[in-house]
Amino acid sequence: MSEIDTWVARQRERAAHLPGAALPWLTRRRADAIARFADLGWPTSRLEAWRHTSLAFLEQQALAAPDSAAHPAATLAALRAAFDDGGHWLVFVDGQFAPTLSVIGTLPTGVTVSALSEAFNTAPDAVEAAFGTADDSASPYALNLALCGDGAFVRLARGTALEQLLHLVFIGATGAADSHLRNLIVADANSEASIVEHHVGGGATLGTVVTRVQAAQDARITHVKLQQQDAQAIHVAQIEAEQARGSHFASHSLSFGARLARNDIHTRFDGEGCETLFNGLYHVDGRRHVDHHTLIEHAMPLGTSREYYRGLVDGNARGVFAGRIIVAQDAQRTDAVQRCDNLLLSKLAEADARPELEIYADDVKCAHGATVGQIDEDALFYLRARGIDEVHARQLLTYAFAAEVIERIAHDALRKHARTALLARLPGGAMLEELL
Amino acid sequence: MNAPTLTSPPQAPAKRGDAIGAFLEQEYVAGFETRLETDSVPKGLSEDIVRTISARKGEPEWLLEWRLEAYRHWLTMTPPVWAAVQFPPVDFQDIVYYSAPKSKKDGPKSLDEVDPELLRTFEKLGVPLHERARLAGVAVDAVFDSVSVATTFKKELGEHGIVFCSFSEAVKEHPELVRQYLGTVVPPGDNFYAALNSAVFSDGSFVFIPKGVKCPMELSTYFRINARDTGQFERTLIIAEEGASVSYLEGCTAPMRDENQLHAAVVELIALDDAKIKYSTVQNWYPGDKDGKGGIYNFVTKRGDCRGARSHISWTQVETGSAITWKYPSVILRGDDSVGDFHSVALTNNLQQADTGTKMIHMGRNTRSTILSKGISAGRGSNTFRGLVRVTPRAEGARNYTQCDSLLIGDRCAAHTFPTIEVRNPSAHVEHEATTSRIGEDQLFYAMQRGISAEDAVSMIVNGFCREVFKELPMEFAVEAQKLLGVSLEGSVG
Repeated sequence: MSEIDTWVARQRERAAHLPGAALPWLTRRRADAIARFADLGWPTSRLEAWRHTSLAFLEQQALAAPDSAAHPAATLAALRAAFDDGGHWLVFVDGQFAPTLSVIGTLPTGVTVSALSEAFNTAPDAVEAAFGTADDSASPYALNLALCGDGAFVRLARGTALEQLLHLVFIGATGAADSHLRNLIVADANSEASIVEHHVGGGATLGTVVTRVQAAQDARITHVKLQQQDAQAIHVAQIEAEQARGSHFASHSLSFGARLARNDIHTRFDGEGCETLFNGLYHVDGRRHVDHHTLIEHAMPLGTSREYYRGLVDGNARGVFAGRIIVAQDAQRTDAVQRCDNLLLSKLAEADARPELEIYADDVKCAHGATVGQIDEDALFYLRARGIDEVHARQLLTYAFAAEVIERIAHDALRKHARTALLARLPGGAMLEELL
Repeated sequence: MNAPTLTSPPQAPAKRGDAIGAFLEQEYVAGFETRLETDSVPKGLSEDIVRTISARKGEPEWLLEWRLEAYRHWLTMTPPVWAAVQFPPVDFQDIVYYSAPKSKKDGPKSLDEVDPELLRTFEKLGVPLHERARLAGVAVDAVFDSVSVATTFKKELGEHGIVFCSFSEAVKEHPELVRQYLGTVVPPGDNFYAALNSAVFSDGSFVFIPKGVKCPMELSTYFRINARDTGQFERTLIIAEEGASVSYLEGCTAPMRDENQLHAAVVELIALDDAKIKYSTVQNWYPGDKDGKGGIYNFVTKRGDCRGARSHISWTQVETGSAITWKYPSVILRGDDSVGDFHSVALTNNLQQADTGTKMIHMGRNTRSTILSKGISAGRGSNTFRGLVRVTPRAEGARNYTQCDSLLIGDRCAAHTFPTIEVRNPSAHVEHEATTSRIGEDQLFYAMQRGISAEDAVSMIVNGFCREVFKELPMEFAVEAQKLLGVSLEGSVG
């Protein structure tokens, strides 16, 4: 069962065997985190931030290990085939580092890429500084801290750049009913990297992922997340970024799979002149549920943020977007734009949008917009007037609507891979693939 | 309505040293107090007080029961805390729930019998109660503290079958109508303040427009809080039968006091088939002084029910007063092809806080709604737009357009936008747009370069910003609203 007490007991049982159990600071933080989780319980719809996505049902639900047919090696091979330019591959199966599947190419001097379970031994101080605490986190992320033992640890020394993509592949096979991963990305001044998280396969029934990014002055970090888990997975994930002066952080979140996917994405501008791009796309059908909660905190002046989210909601599914932009009193000359657009593709689909602006400074330019609707009749007519039948015209326009988000991904092979992933989900995808 | 001249001498211009500073310093002009003998109940709230209020008003048994039920429900509720406003908890036992100017037993039969002091008060406020007000062409119901003191043009309206009177009168004269509609839009247990209002409401206006009648003049209620320590809890009920239409205006002021006073009103609008109700508010309760001392807590529940097909309810509000505003005039679009509008200008200056917005609940087919909200924050004011647009599965072809713009004046103020969109029908089109900006130096420079003073330039820009909403107001109110914005903004531009 998944009751709170069961989790507390489970944590007590596992704690001694988790990687890093020998580190006193970690043991302490894990104990604090499970206490916080026990205190808060699963978030219910009574909490404003979880109004549209309650996890209260987990209290009643037994977590069984799912069965997944595909072998992790096969899943990985298929994925790697899409990227012919090599790249670095750090692979995790059922929440644990899989060294035999991982391939790390030659890294520039000053760049560290390793599994967190190893970094506990090799760089405990750096891990401690970047690890975070559960002090203010929502209960699922406190649970993550209490139980996580692995993930990726990436450190970029001053002025280093990772030329090729770093792929973090999280494969769910048959091993575990739950998995808890934590990725730490520490980028020193002027460094640069693009990191891709792939979440594929059966996935644990409950998987929590926390990715923490620290971008020092003028660092440029691009984070892409492709969530393509099987339809029984529950995926609860947080991305936390802190940006120093002049840094650039881009978060691309493509959410295509899982029964329930919740993403909390947050960045804070701690220095002047930061830039951020939040770019997201979700496609849900069946009885699935996807929720993105984003927060951009303009704490310092001269920051620029752009946020574009699009959703395709089909079947009986529900798509939720809640984006908040906070402009603090000192954050003069902020420029923020936020948009969320949704297409409802069926009678029973539901889309909820909450674009929020919270502004305490006066010299700012902020705009947000949200729409929920269907395909534009004029556009449809335009295509039909040119001999394209209605079914195909609709498919084409649906794809075009979603593709706008994908086109913002700068890396060619990655963009192509994302496009293929989207087309595989859309009706008429094969036809469209031919057209493109 | 011309503002009286009863103000303290103008303050020295703000230290910014420019003329705009002076512009923003203007003071509250309706802040005088009228000395009158009043008939009040003791402070505090209990079943006995509810019974006393009901007895003083000579109400029927069913209404007393209705109040008591609301009171008992209220006891189980807690004040809402989700709004972006901060204030110390209200002591609900420290409020006088009923206060009326002492008058002859049966109440005034005509205006000549109304206490001249009262008439002078409304005269000062620019509310025309005299027959010469005929020129103004507006029928007025004047509410002073807890009771209605005068209603004009009753006879002329009566000829059309229109009922326009105080709520207490309606309970006596048209109990069947009141009973049929009261609480059907805002149920007594709807929210904390609505429940409180349902228990202790004292007076308000009642309007009934029968089938097919287009009301020949604007109807208006003027609310005045006068007595110390009182709360005002009025209740307004407007019913437009099939094909009827009415335009209703509401204005309000209160004396300047150091204590906060509570105003918790409930307004219910009901529009049957093809009916149209236009409800306009110019809210100018005392906002408190520059340091945030005193002022009215304006916690109001306003809701319209488009019950009939093709009905239309439109809310227009200009909110410049009150220390704290908590108000969400909403429309339930139940009838097919019904239309809901919300046009709002909300201004906060000094330490004022406003959390206001609307809810549009689309239930009928082809229902349409428009939300246009203009928020202006100046000084240390905080202005929040909070909205909900919900499209239920049955609301085929629903359409909503929302635009909310915020204007920031000064670097200590705050402007927030919290819209929620919930769509459960794929044929719906819902759009939300919002912008936040400030008065640009270049805009000011442009105007001043052409010989327009800084104050006039600010006022011009602000009025331009609000123009789309002002044009929805009846003419007399639009003029008033523009002036009010000028007044309320004094001292905040720099």
